[in-house]
Amino acid sequence: MTPTKSPWADHPAAVALAGRHRLRAWEPIPWILALAFYFVFPTYLGFGTELLITILFAVSLDLVLGYAGIVTLGQAAFFGAGAYTVGILAKRGIWNEPITGLVLAAAVAAAIGLGSGLVLLRTGGLTLLMLTLCTMALLEEAANLAHDYTGGFDGLDSLPIAPLLGRFEFNPLYPTTQYLYVLVVLFVCFVFVRTLVYSPFGQSLTGIRENTLRMHAVGAPVRGRLVLCYALSAAIAGVAGGIWAQANAYVNLGTLGLDRAATVLIILVLGGYGRLYGAFVGAIAYMALSHFLSKLYPTAWQLGLGLLLVVIALFARNGILGIAELGLRWLRRPRPKP
Amino acid sequence: MTAPLLETRALCRSFGALTAARDIDFRLEAGARHALIGPNGAGKTTFINLLTGVIAPTSGAILLKGRNITSVGQAQRVKLGIARTFQINRLFRRLSVLENVYLAVAERVGAAPSMFQPAGTRRDVIEESMRLLDTLKLAPHASRRVWELPYGRQRLVELAIALGLKPEVLLLDEPAAGVPSAESHIILDAIDTLPRDIGVLIIDHDMDLVFRFAERITVLVSGAVFATGSPREIGADPNVRAVYLGQAARG
Repeated sequence: MTPTKSPWADHPAAVALAGRHRLRAWEPIPWILALAFYFVFPTYLGFGTELLITILFAVSLDLVLGYAGIVTLGQAAFFGAGAYTVGILAKRGIWNEPITGLVLAAAVAAAIGLGSGLVLLRTGGLTLLMLTLCTMALLEEAANLAHDYTGGFDGLDSLPIAPLLGRFEFNPLYPTTQYLYVLVVLFVCFVFVRTLVYSPFGQSLTGIRENTLRMHAVGAPVRGRLVLCYALSAAIAGVAGGIWAQANAYVNLGTLGLDRAATVLIILVLGGYGRLYGAFVGAIAYMALSHFLSKLYPTAWQLGLGLLLVVIALFARNGILGIAELGLRWLRRPRPKP
Repeated sequence: MTAPLLETRALCRSFGALTAARDIDFRLEAGARHALIGPNGAGKTTFINLLTGVIAPTSGAILLKGRNITSVGQAQRVKLGIARTFQINRLFRRLSVLENVYLAVAERVGAAPSMFQPAGTRRDVIEESMRLLDTLKLAPHASRRVWELPYGRQRLVELAIALGLKPEVLLLDEPAAGVPSAESHIILDAIDTLPRDIGVLIIDHDMDLVFRFAERITVLVSGAVFATGSPREIGADPNVRAVYLGQAARG
């Protein structure tokens, strides 16, 4: 007997849901561009590496903010935790192999995410926003005070990171290794996050974002899911921080600062949150804008960025990708027959 | 005598000086069609919140099929078979109608914690959700975002999410509230066709709905049970008419 086909399998809603996770035709494009960048702009690889790390960091934020709806201003706590994990282990000569170093960075950041998440995620809204900020400030101050381990305000420099796979040196002047290494790590983490958000778990995170109360009422262990999501996002932010420390061979307090946390939030809002690729678009837009604006008006270039953010917040809540989606929908709109 | 499906014993809840539930002894039998009525502020929604574990009682006990579930958490009670709808829509507004139901079904069948398998490959969950939407005549709207639907249909989605949990006890908090009268028949029809084995408790102000639907009515006044009986008994009870029906008729 052949299995009978479900009468509902062809319904547009079922088709859309069943095929939602499939690779879209345009999805390889950003990766091809990133690879092309390596060959076309060999002199800008330092900038490129920084950009890719920023994207990775923004992807980690998108998971908590864009999908689970956890409003946090303290994501840099995990970036810094990862960076300092790599930095302290390398500086003290305990561990300097890069790939396992990232695993350790992820583990430390995830542990901090789990611990703080268990406490913080009992709250929500503005309280949560302030508490995430406080957690980050506490970590920053701890790093400042623990001078013997962290180098305090000066940070740790000239980290002796071992060659990648025992062969490829990290050369700060010609960051070819760094660029490709970061690209591969970004790809792996991105595939992980993409898988996660299209899974039933990811769907339930979206449900929590849309209506927490209802998720309780359908029997979902809401807090457990949020804490898990927070810890996973922290792990990815930790990887971003760890790889930043490896690529630059130094760590400083800036990795834990509000500046970094706010910048990544701006990037995600600019690009469009809850859209996976918003991190890419936002990071490129932010870096390009700050580059041009600072040339145009060196003393107050951030003013332009601020104005743009106000415009986005008022008129385009879904960021640049949201505008693009609207444009596409407008182009594909059904037209009246002449 | 077998234990009732759902039972409360001397259930009390106070908010400071306000007693929202006062010694409520209540029984819901398997397959019952039971209505809970009472003036505004009588504590009807508080009672639902107590039954579903949103709030804990100050004293008293809640039993499901004879088992004491007073200290069982909200999520666990859903797993035990208690589902509810809300007086004001609590929907996943920016998701499609299908995704709204998918969330409930995925939670029930235990698919929701899975992280590495795309949601779309759980054809069983999609299939069941679509079948459920079809029974509520929502299948043609399954692709629409919930917020695009007219309010009456949104109320049906509210019901669909609860039914996706395959409850044994279904608590309906004013299912037709806010629905324009032109659309209210779709809600009433849906309630009429609920599976007969579910014990349903309905809260409503709409006396037509209550008397059409209920086989048993409990009247709640100031947090306490004022009267319980068949619709005929309640309709004929002069005290009930005085505190509630009379008011409703006037206003």
